[in-house]
Amino acid sequence: MLLHDIAHCRAGDKGDTSTLSLFPLRDEDYDLLVREVTAERVRAHLGVRGEVLRWELPNLRALQFTCHRALDGGVTTSLALDTHGKTLGSRLLAMPVHR
Amino acid sequence: MRIGSGAGFAGDRIEPAVRLAAGAGLDDLVLECLAERTIALGQQRRLRDPAAGHDPRLRARFRPLLPVALDRGVRVVSNMGAANPLAAGELTRDLLVEAGLRGRVAVLTGDDVLDRLDLRRPALEDGIALADHGEVVSANAYLGADALLPALDTGADVVLTGRVADPSLFLAPVAHRLGWDLDDWPRVAAGTLVGHLLECAGQVTGGYFADPGVKDVPDLADLGFPFAEVAPDGTAVIGKLAGTGGLVSTATVREQLLYEVTDPTAYRTPDVVLDLRRVRAEQVAADRVRVSGAVGRPRPAELKVSVGYRAGHRAECGITYAGPGAARRARLAADVVTTRLRGTGLRVRAEVLGALGGAGEPAGECRLRVAALAPDPEAAELVCHEVEALYTNGPAGGGGVRTDVREVIGIVSTMVPRSAVRTRVTVLEADGAAA
Repeated sequence: MLLHDIAHCRAGDKGDTSTLSLFPLRDEDYDLLVREVTAERVRAHLGVRGEVLRWELPNLRALQFTCHRALDGGVTTSLALDTHGKTLGSRLLAMPVHR
Repeated sequence: MRIGSGAGFAGDRIEPAVRLAAGAGLDDLVLECLAERTIALGQQRRLRDPAAGHDPRLRARFRPLLPVALDRGVRVVSNMGAANPLAAGELTRDLLVEAGLRGRVAVLTGDDVLDRLDLRRPALEDGIALADHGEVVSANAYLGADALLPALDTGADVVLTGRVADPSLFLAPVAHRLGWDLDDWPRVAAGTLVGHLLECAGQVTGGYFADPGVKDVPDLADLGFPFAEVAPDGTAVIGKLAGTGGLVSTATVREQLLYEVTDPTAYRTPDVVLDLRRVRAEQVAADRVRVSGAVGRPRPAELKVSVGYRAGHRAECGITYAGPGAARRARLAADVVTTRLRGTGLRVRAEVLGALGGAGEPAGECRLRVAALAPDPEAAELVCHEVEALYTNGPAGGGGVRTDVREVIGIVSTMVPRSAVRTRVTVLEADGAAA
C-alpha cells in the first residue's frame, strides 16, 4: 500500500528547507508511521540533497520532517516549477509502506 | 476576546474577510499579506515611485472591508504597509474619507533597517557576506508584539505595519485586549500559538486540506475564514463563521500547527521560543477545536532581518508535444536546447512535465519546461530564443511556446540586536463624516 492510504501530509518552506508534517488518518496507525517512515527513507524517496531530521510528536500523533537543501536553493532563486516545494507533501504520500 | 483572520497571503480572497467582520462578533481582524520577498518587490516599486511600495491590493481589500469593520467596532490590523507603511496609512485615511467615515489610522514604522545594516555580516543560510550575494535592495527586521502595543494604545481603528512576525500580528491585539504582560511566558506562548494557527487564514478552515475520498471538505467554494475565542488564561477555541463552507477539525488544526515549523521543540518568534510538543487539540463541537498546552521560553535576544538582493533574471519557457512518442520528442528537445546553451555557463534546468497514460497513448501530451537563472536580461532572453527556435530547429510537432523573463530578488537573513531597531507610531485622523 501507499502512505496515502493511511496518512495525510502538509509541506511548508523556510528558505531552502522543506518541512513535511505527516499524520495518520487513524490515530492507531501512528506507530506504523514511526516504524516505516524513517528520515533515511524520506530522504531517498524525495531525493533530498541535504540532511533530513525527523521529530516524533506522539502527543500530536505527528511526525515532522525537516529537509535541508530540498528546494533547489529556496523559493526565491529556485528553478523548479513549484518553487515552494508545496507538492513534496503529496510526493511523500506516494511512498510504499507495509503494515 | 475574539480575533479573526482576514487574509493569509497577499493573493488571498477578499470576500471571506468582509463576511467575518460583518457576522463573527470580532474584536480584532488581522490581515497577513507579506511573504518573504514581497517587501523586497515593494521596495523596488517604491524606488520608482515614492508613493508606492505598499501592498498593491490594499485599496481593493480595504474598500469593501473598512465600512463594515468600523460599523461593527472591529479593529483591523495588517502588514499591508509592506515597504511603505506611511503611504499605506495615507491611502487608508483617504479611503475612510471617501467612504464618509471618521476613523483613526496608526502606522508602525522602523522595521526597515537597510540604511544601518552592516552588509559585511554573513548570511545565516550560507555564511557568505550579505553584500556578496548581489546588490542589496531591502533589509527588514521582524518586529514583535512589543512594537505593536504603542500603535494599539492610540485607540486606532486601523493599524498598518511593514514587517512584523506573523504570529505577533495576532499576539499583540490579544495581549492588548486581555491586559497580558509580554513577559508572561505561558500566556505569550498561548497567544503565539493562536497567531500561528490563524496566520494563514483559510489554511486552518480546510483551505489547503481537501483530498476527495480521503479528506473531504464541505462546500470548499464558499470557504469561510477562521477566528479564535481566547480566554484570559490563553486557552483558545478555533472556529469559523456559521453558514460558510470549510472545516475546522483536529486534523486541519494539526496540519496548520506544524506548518513551516523547522523545530517543533523551539519555534522562534520575536516574542517567545515556543515548544509545541505538548499542544492538545480537541474537537469540542462541530467546526470548533480547543487548543492548549503551548510552552513558552524567554524570547530570543536578537531580531531576525530578512535581506533582499538582486539575484539575476530568470527565464522560464515551455513547449508542448502530443500523441505517440511525445515524451521521447520532448526529451530530445531538452537535449538539443541544453546542448545549444552549454557554452553560456548558465544554470539551466530542463524537465519533461505532464501525465502520459502510457507509451502509446494517442491523446497524451507533455510539456518541456526550460528554466535558467542568468546574470542579466540579455542572457535570459538567449534561453528563450533557443526554446522558441525548437519550432523549426527541433523535434517534430512542438507547439505552444511561451517564454517569460523576470528579475529575481533573492532572500537571505541575518540577526541584529534589538537596540539596532527603533520603531515609531504615526497617527492619521480621517474625518470623512465632516466632509
